[in-house]
Formats: sequence, C-alpha cells, structure tokens
Amino acid sequence: MNIYAQRRIVNGLVMSLCVAATGFGVLWLVLVLSTLLWNGVAALSPVLFTEMTPPPGSAGGLLNAIFGSVVMTLIGTLIGTPTGILAGTFLAEYSGGSRFGEVVRFINDILLSAPSIIVGLFVYELMVIRMGHFSAWAGAVALAIIVIPVVVRTTEDMLNLVPNALREAASALGSPKWKVIVMVSYRAAIQGMVTGIMLAVARIAGETAPLLFTALNNQFWSTNLNAPMANLPVVIFQFAMSPYADWQVLAWGGALLITIAVLFLNIGARALASWSTFRR
Amino acid sequence: MSTATARYPMPVSSTNPREAEAQPASRQKVLIRNVEFYYGTFKALKNITLPLHDKRVTAFIGPSGCGKSTLLRILNRIYELYPGQRATGEVIVDGENILSPGLDLNLLRARIGMVFQKPTPFPMSIYDNIAFGIRLYEKLPRHELDDRVESALRRVALWDEVKDKLQQSGLGLSGGQQQRLCVARAVAVQPEILLLDEPASALDPISTQRIEELIAELKTDYCIAIVTHNMQQAARSSDYTAFMYLGELIEFDETERIFTRPTQKHTEDYITGRFG
Repeated sequence: MNIYAQRRIVNGLVMSLCVAATGFGVLWLVLVLSTLLWNGVAALSPVLFTEMTPPPGSAGGLLNAIFGSVVMTLIGTLIGTPTGILAGTFLAEYSGGSRFGEVVRFINDILLSAPSIIVGLFVYELMVIRMGHFSAWAGAVALAIIVIPVVVRTTEDMLNLVPNALREAASALGSPKWKVIVMVSYRAAIQGMVTGIMLAVARIAGETAPLLFTALNNQFWSTNLNAPMANLPVVIFQFAMSPYADWQVLAWGGALLITIAVLFLNIGARALASWSTFRR
Repeated sequence: MSTATARYPMPVSSTNPREAEAQPASRQKVLIRNVEFYYGTFKALKNITLPLHDKRVTAFIGPSGCGKSTLLRILNRIYELYPGQRATGEVIVDGENILSPGLDLNLLRARIGMVFQKPTPFPMSIYDNIAFGIRLYEKLPRHELDDRVESALRRVALWDEVKDKLQQSGLGLSGGQQQRLCVARAVAVQPEILLLDEPASALDPISTQRIEELIAELKTDYCIAIVTHNMQQAARSSDYTAFMYLGELIEFDETERIFTRPTQKHTEDYITGRFG
C-alpha cells in the first residue's frame, strides 16, 4: 500500500471519530434543551410574569423571583465590573512582570475556578452572620465576587492583545500614560472586554449556590435589599425538589426563562464582537 | 553649543555647490554625544556621536540589528516605556540635554514627533486620530481644531481622499493612507523634530513614493531623522547619512559623499551590496 492511500485511510478514520464525538456532545445538548423546551413552554403564560410564587396547590407566577434575579444580577455586575476592569488594567498595564502582579494574577486564577458554593459560604460568614439575617445585598455581593475574576481575566487578556506599537504611537505624541490607556488601549480592546462582562453576567444569572447562603428566598414581593429576596435559581431548586406538580411546572418555566436570557446575552456578546470587527 | 567633541568632520553645506544653491544654510539642531544604549546588560550602541541639522534629513542606514532604530528611539526616549532599557551620554537639543533625568517625558515627546514602521492608526475616527495629539496640549475652539486637522491632512496629501469620511474609522484606510495619517498626526502637534522609523518599509512602491515626496516637503520645516533599509531611499531623500554597524557609527557625512566617496571600507561594502 502506498503512503498516500494509507494517509487517506487514517484521515477518514480520524475524521469519523471527530464527527462521532461532536455528535455525542451535541446529542446531550439537544436532549437537555428539548426537554427544557417541552416542559418549560407549558409553564409560559402571562401569569408567570404577573403573579408571585404561590403556596403549594394554588396558582401563581414567578414575578418576585424574576425581579429579584434581575436586581441582584444588576447590582452584582455594577459592583464587580468596575472592580474587575480596574484590576485587569493594573495587571496588564502597570504590574509589568512584578512579583505583586504575579501573585494577584495567580490568586485571581484560583478565584476564577473556585466552586461558587465556597463564595456563598464566604459571604454568609462575612455578611449574613454579622447582619443577623439573609439579604439581597449579601446575594449581590456574592454574585459580584463571581463576576470579578472573570472580568479581571478578560480585561487583562484583551489589553495584552493591544499591540505595543499603538501604545508607543500614543506615548510618542506626548500623551500621559493614563490617557494612552483610556483613549487608545480601552478603545482597541473594548469589544473583548464587553464580551467578557456579558459572559460574566450570563454566568451569575444562573448561579444557585452563592444565593442559597445569602439572599435565600422570599415567598412574597419584596424590594427591600436588606431582607431576603426571591430569585429564579433558588426558586427552581426549591420547586423542582418539591412533590407538588404545579411547583414543578413553575420550576421548568423558570429554568427556560434563565436559559433564554443567557442565550440572548451570548448572542448579544457575539453580535457586539462581530459588529466591532466589521467596523474595522 | 560646541561640536569640538564630535569624532567626525562636520560637513559644511557650502562646500557642496549643489546644496548651497538649493537650500539655505542649516544650523545644528541636535547633537548626539557619546551615547551608549543597553538592553538589560546587552550593549546595543557604543559611543555614538553625530549631529542632526535643522531643515535637513539625516538617514540612518546599516544592516539589521546594527542599532539604527535603537538610536532613533533614544531621541524621544520612547525606550523608557520598557523597564531594563537605558541610555547614557548626552543628546543635546537646542542646548538642553534631553537625557537628563528630571526632564518631563510627555513634554519632550510633544516636541519630537515619531512615525513607526507599521502604520498605527488609533481605533477612532480619522478626525479624532489627528485631533488626539492636538487636544493633549491645546484647548482650541471647534473651528480652529477643524482647521488644524484639515491643514495636517492637506500637508500629507490625504485631505482629498478622506474629507468626506472624517468621522469614519482610521482603521478602514489602506496601508499607505494609514501611514500618511500617522505622519499627519505627528505634524499636527507642530513638533520641532520628526523621527521616521522605516516609514515606508510596509508600503507598496506608489505609497513609498508619496512618503518620500512628503519627506522632501516636510524638510523645509523640520529636522528629520529617518531609519531605512532601502539604500536608494536614503540616497534619494536624505542630506546626511550615518552608516552604522554592530552598534557603532562607522561613518557620517553628506549623503552624496557617503554614496560616492565613502572613506571606510565597511561603508563601501555595504552600499555596494557586498554584505548586509
């Protein structure tokens, strides 16, 4: 057998293995999504968005949980994003291979892969015990702690992709360093940084563990940030584990809502990235 | 300022009849004196001494790694962006040593423009690319700023090509246009000295020709130093040429003399293409 025929056979073999592996991965994704759609669509109705979480046996919706999720995700992002961007900027533009920068980067990587339940326990110790009660603030802080390492990492990576020639060009005009960063580096890296923030938001939108120990849950409408607050992940957790059929349906509905929200965030992030690339 | 310590004979413009006719006498704008440069512990430049004349073009030529770009990067101290790089000696600009430690680097760089090998338009509109540098040190009313942007773009013969799309991204221009944009950005802040680091090496022949025409035109106002790999370019567009090799300045003279009667064997070998 000549070497070319042999190469073709190996190619065909490896190619079919790749296709099989892809199919295997996609199969489960399709199964999960179709189950979610099948069960979730049944729960979708105007009531879902207008009524509070019900006691077992009566009708209701998820309004308080949707509101709580949006509020805590928003506050968590508002705290986590500026902190993450500033820290990422420090690492990329100022640390310059220093020991301190190395340590910060290493710790950030650990935080990035830390189980979110640890973050929940940490905030429980830090805030819930001292305040004496669960609260939306504690939930938002826990979510912020999850946002920070993601944003630090993407900000640093994106700034590192900005060519040094651009920084040199701006500095050569007599621009002070902070202006080089704000006017040139950020502009060159903005789409990657925004993508990172959106992915972080998508991630915390579905986090359950950190909220279990911090915001807990609330059966009623509450806008008090100093009190426990309902949120979709914990409601899903509680309702899905319950023996009541109507709670289980609501859990499916909530799961579908989160999935759709995350899907749109991801699409938004991609669209933004390709839009900025297109403009170039 | 004295040139007594210079190791090389200072060419006098009037000895060259062609030049004396074509150009008014020039004065010495910059004196690089006993400059050495280190990348960490590696010594990249050894005891360099040469002058740069006002309203003249000085070309730095030599094989890759000879230190010509390094020398250029000393003149606006852009190397200080990177820790571990340092220069010793003196670079005297109008009587002031710009290598002295207390100097404000931002103010220095505002006086000395630089254009790099690859075009480096900022990720912003064509207008803002030019206005960026102006806004750093001047607070102008809108119409004056418009005028400055326009005159800078006219200066580099780019105005007619971009006047209808000033608000579009500078990244959308062609390579040659981008490089002219970068030159316009540098001259818009009205510097005294212009440093060009292989400004045409990434460009096609037509764009290269435009850049060279531009250099000839800008020469009437600025002291220009250009690094180039292209011998013909050095011969065409410069008044003085410095040949460098392995971190040393081998020969410095009027361009015509360097290319017709070099005194050093090394220089002759290089310009005739025997090595490099």
